[in-house]
Amino acid sequence: MTNPDLGTSPDEVQFRFRDDEPADHGTVTVDACCDQTNATAVRIEPGDDARTLLPFLDRLALIEVNFPAYGDGRGYSSARILREAGYAGELRAVGDVLIDQLSHMRRCGFDAFAPDQRLDEDDAARAFATWDNVYQRTVDGRKTIQETRHE
Amino acid sequence: MYSYDQYDQQMVDARVAEFRDQAHRRLEGKLTEDQFKPLRLMNGLYLQLHAYMLRVAIPYGTLNSRQMTALGDIADKYDRGYGHFTTRQNLQYNWIKLEDAADILADLAKVEMHAIQTSGNCIRNISSDHFAGAAADELVDPRPYAELLRQWSSFHPEFTYLPRKFKIAVIAAEKDRAAMRLHDIGIQIIEKDGEQGGEIGARFYVGGGMGRTPMIAPMIRDFVPLDQLITYSEACLRVYNRYGRRDNKYKARIKILVHELGAEEYTRQVEQEFAHMLDQGVEPPREELERIKPFFDDPAFEDGAKHVDRSDPDFALWVDRNTHRHKHDSYVSAVISLKPVGGIPGDATGEQIRIMARLAKQYSFDELRIMHTQNVVLPHVKIEDLHALWTALDAADLGAPNMDSIEDMIACPGLDYCALANARSIPLAQRISEKFDASGKTEKLGELKLKISGCINACGHHHAGHIGILGVDRKGVENYQLSLGGSEAEDTSLAKITGPGFTEDGVIEAVEKVTDVYLDAREDGERFLDTYRRIGMAPFKEALYD
Ligand code: HEM
Ligand code: SF4
Repeated sequence: MTNPDLGTSPDEVQFRFRDDEPADHGTVTVDACCDQTNATAVRIEPGDDARTLLPFLDRLALIEVNFPAYGDGRGYSSARILREAGYAGELRAVGDVLIDQLSHMRRCGFDAFAPDQRLDEDDAARAFATWDNVYQRTVDGRKTIQETRHE
Repeated sequence: MYSYDQYDQQMVDARVAEFRDQAHRRLEGKLTEDQFKPLRLMNGLYLQLHAYMLRVAIPYGTLNSRQMTALGDIADKYDRGYGHFTTRQNLQYNWIKLEDAADILADLAKVEMHAIQTSGNCIRNISSDHFAGAAADELVDPRPYAELLRQWSSFHPEFTYLPRKFKIAVIAAEKDRAAMRLHDIGIQIIEKDGEQGGEIGARFYVGGGMGRTPMIAPMIRDFVPLDQLITYSEACLRVYNRYGRRDNKYKARIKILVHELGAEEYTRQVEQEFAHMLDQGVEPPREELERIKPFFDDPAFEDGAKHVDRSDPDFALWVDRNTHRHKHDSYVSAVISLKPVGGIPGDATGEQIRIMARLAKQYSFDELRIMHTQNVVLPHVKIEDLHALWTALDAADLGAPNMDSIEDMIACPGLDYCALANARSIPLAQRISEKFDASGKTEKLGELKLKISGCINACGHHHAGHIGILGVDRKGVENYQLSLGGSEAEDTSLAKITGPGFTEDGVIEAVEKVTDVYLDAREDGERFLDTYRRIGMAPFKEALYD
């Protein structure tokens, strides 16, 4: 069963870096997702093990990663793990998502953002563009500074 | 030493711009203090008892004279004329105004410096052996590996909101001068027999730390090949980020995770993550290490005198105490003590900082190091220049001949500055050094590491002191606990508490008493620590409490 209270709606998504149509139904918990064969959208809480979703990635179109408090950084690892496993659907950061987390979240594979409180568009645009170059290789596929140095 | 290329510079400039933007949004009211706090913390800005405190990162404690000069200038321009060198091989300013912070960061960026990740729950400044590249006993210079880790850990997108702060140390000698096993990750660069002779790799110790629950890091991998160093570190961090405790900040350090899971289970999880990550291409290209290495090549050493003229006894004493054997026999590393008798451990005036910079330029190939014992090193000084150097240092009140003696103590800022303190550390340090200097006992005691923290957070490393002093609050009165037998060297051990605490006067007397027990009981060549280990706590307790 889809829990109507769970999940953000496409209307609440403030930033989206995808061309496909957003999934327009609520998400289920990780446990429910593993039990239900037809769920296509799921929400991960900080304590959930993202790897339990790996067998189901093919059928998922939306994974929300909840940040109840911005200081709890487990969601960054969840996101990278999902992308590293080849998940190609929408990865949405929801909850206490603030300007200054945007650039790191993007690097960890998030491509949609539904902050609890709408963010200033100009501030956000600047935040997404913080790093002209990057030191670490992540799932965003950007070439690292070290790679550029040794081309 | 390492110098930035356009990319490194761009990263720091980007951060300065970002911080300006954040400070601006705070002033406009778009950020609450709660939201701003973690951001300013990631830029090294703490709010303390009287003012903001700014910490400047000095990666692996190495800097050049231009950078050192800038630190002195900032002390004069934005602080009250002082800089404070810390146990993190960093520099801290204690009297900063929020309005000035972005300008200070911009001044720092001009000399390839910053305050990035010097606080907050992220990977902090990487520390290393302060004699790296100079010590006679090292396998290789550990700093290229530390630099590789610096780049990797700077603005790491996954590890910026860890359960708690994270400290990494890298050494490459059997002698540990960086308290390596008291770090979240301690890395020792080692050599093992490979197919083509010696192969260099990294030994990983994970889960050490001080604070309220001190722990010595267990070894979790005895050899990580160099071309997997970053990948292995990333695996260690990911397991911690996912499973480190977040319900209680006092149990959030990785040492608690390793302790609760057990080193074996933690290791198993790391190995599993590591196996997965090997396919993810997170390791920088091998050429990067090769690019970094030449920055740390030996300067052009020249043969010269191997001995000093010892006719001036004050100079001879300083040479005996404050110089360290160099890999080139015409050189030594010279330690500039920031522990003048009765002074504040680790403090230097803006002018003193600039003098040290000038002397580094003149006598040490333009290079300085910050020690975790809150002193400064000129790593490569020609033996024949030592007298001129000492004369200049002495004239600037920088010539105290007391390295590794009881006067060379570590003390945290304590109640004079710190919002978390229970007790003052600085006045205690000042009184102890005055007392031991006046009685002439310092000399007799030889190597004796005294470390003072103003509260359980242990910024002053008291757990690792041969003698440790911890400030506690006893019914609203400052009280001090004494502990004995700690070490942060390769024979790492944690100090044990002697018994009930003391008043300020009482603890000074207690230090006197335990040193007397040592002087009576010591056998040939024994340091305080050796005697303690041989005879145990009982005789000390007896002297203190009976
Ligand atoms: C004045 C403001 C300071 C504050 C508020 C502060 C706060 C803290 C806290 C809360 C901890 C415990 C962390 C934990 O166990 O989770 C800690 C540990 C530590 N701090 Fe500080 N500190 C300050 C200054 C310093 C200074 C000046 C130094 C260097 C001299 C320093 C070096 C350290 C070290 C080495 C540790 C122990 C690290 C470990 O547990 O592994 N701190 N500090
Ligand atoms: S040990 Fe305590 S008193 Fe000393 S600086 Fe750290 S937090 Fe402050």
